[in-house]
Amino acid sequence: MHELAITVIGPDRTGIVADVAEALAGVGANLTDSTMTRLRGHFTMTLICTGPTAEAVEKALEPLTGVVTTVRRVEPETDTAAAGEPYVVSVHGADRLGIVAAVTRVVAAEGGNITDLSTRLAGTLYVLIAEADVPPGAVDELAEQLAVAAAELGVEVTLRRAESEIL
Amino acid sequence: MTTPRWAGPEGRVLTVVTAPAGVLSTVGDEVDPTDPEIARLAADLVATMRVSPGCVGLAAPQVGVGVQVFAVDVTGHPKAATTHGTVVLCNAKIIEASRWKAGREGCMSVPDLTGDVKRAGRVVVDAVLPGTGEPVTVTTDAFEARALQHEVDHCAGRLFLDRVAGAHAVYQRKVYL
Repeated sequence: MHELAITVIGPDRTGIVADVAEALAGVGANLTDSTMTRLRGHFTMTLICTGPTAEAVEKALEPLTGVVTTVRRVEPETDTAAAGEPYVVSVHGADRLGIVAAVTRVVAAEGGNITDLSTRLAGTLYVLIAEADVPPGAVDELAEQLAVAAAELGVEVTLRRAESEIL
Repeated sequence: MTTPRWAGPEGRVLTVVTAPAGVLSTVGDEVDPTDPEIARLAADLVATMRVSPGCVGLAAPQVGVGVQVFAVDVTGHPKAATTHGTVVLCNAKIIEASRWKAGREGCMSVPDLTGDVKRAGRVVVDAVLPGTGEPVTVTTDAFEARALQHEVDHCAGRLFLDRVAGAHAVYQRKVYL
């Protein structure tokens, strides 16, 4: 079955998630994975749905005023295999241009695949937290290259294993 | 003092149920620990735990039985400090919990997800032993404390999903190639 990739971005207000979810349920769209957060006060929601056509979903979301929505048909992807071990990269320091670009380029260059990322600007403090699947043999080199990049950017960086215990 | 270490008979290997299954979200009944059926269940939990790779604990609801019995064995785990070997407890209650710490955990009954959960790094658990019904008090820490809390939760119909730290604290668990 095909999937729909949907984004909804706009001013945050109470009830907007319910409005989006209700509109989608109304056209038989089955929400699978989704994420919602506020980015600098903007409501942002990204969803993968199955069921209706893109046209039907676009029409259902039309009455939501003040938001920007996109609906695209996508082919299903598998999300179960990882070519590495999970690590968390934490970066913080004075805000400047290019922190995300430099740090994520280093991760990519060592074969690390970023699976989650968020950044926050709080005053002049910039914070980046990324989760990445890192090939087992690449961890030491990645730590070294991150330290080099961080020194150039004047920010602090730590790389640690995202351990999970199965009980 | 009574040692909680398991010294019962060989059990059968049972099938582990996965969420969503009603039994995983139902408060388990208290048991009569001297009931031969409970001694048998205790042996089955140990046998099933031992054949499951990486499994350090298994509660009765995870094999489809809605009662307050679980097995734990964290022997050799790198994060364990105090260990009691293989332990099977009935009607366990956490009577003291301290040194709270966040950690990411997963569960055989929720095979595709992990989540960040705060657990006490030191606990005191009151319980009775299967077979004899002898009361025991288990005081432990670190990874064994986390495992006990996870299993006591199962017996109360709670999964780690009921305790995750926030909306972005549940993760897809991947199969490492």
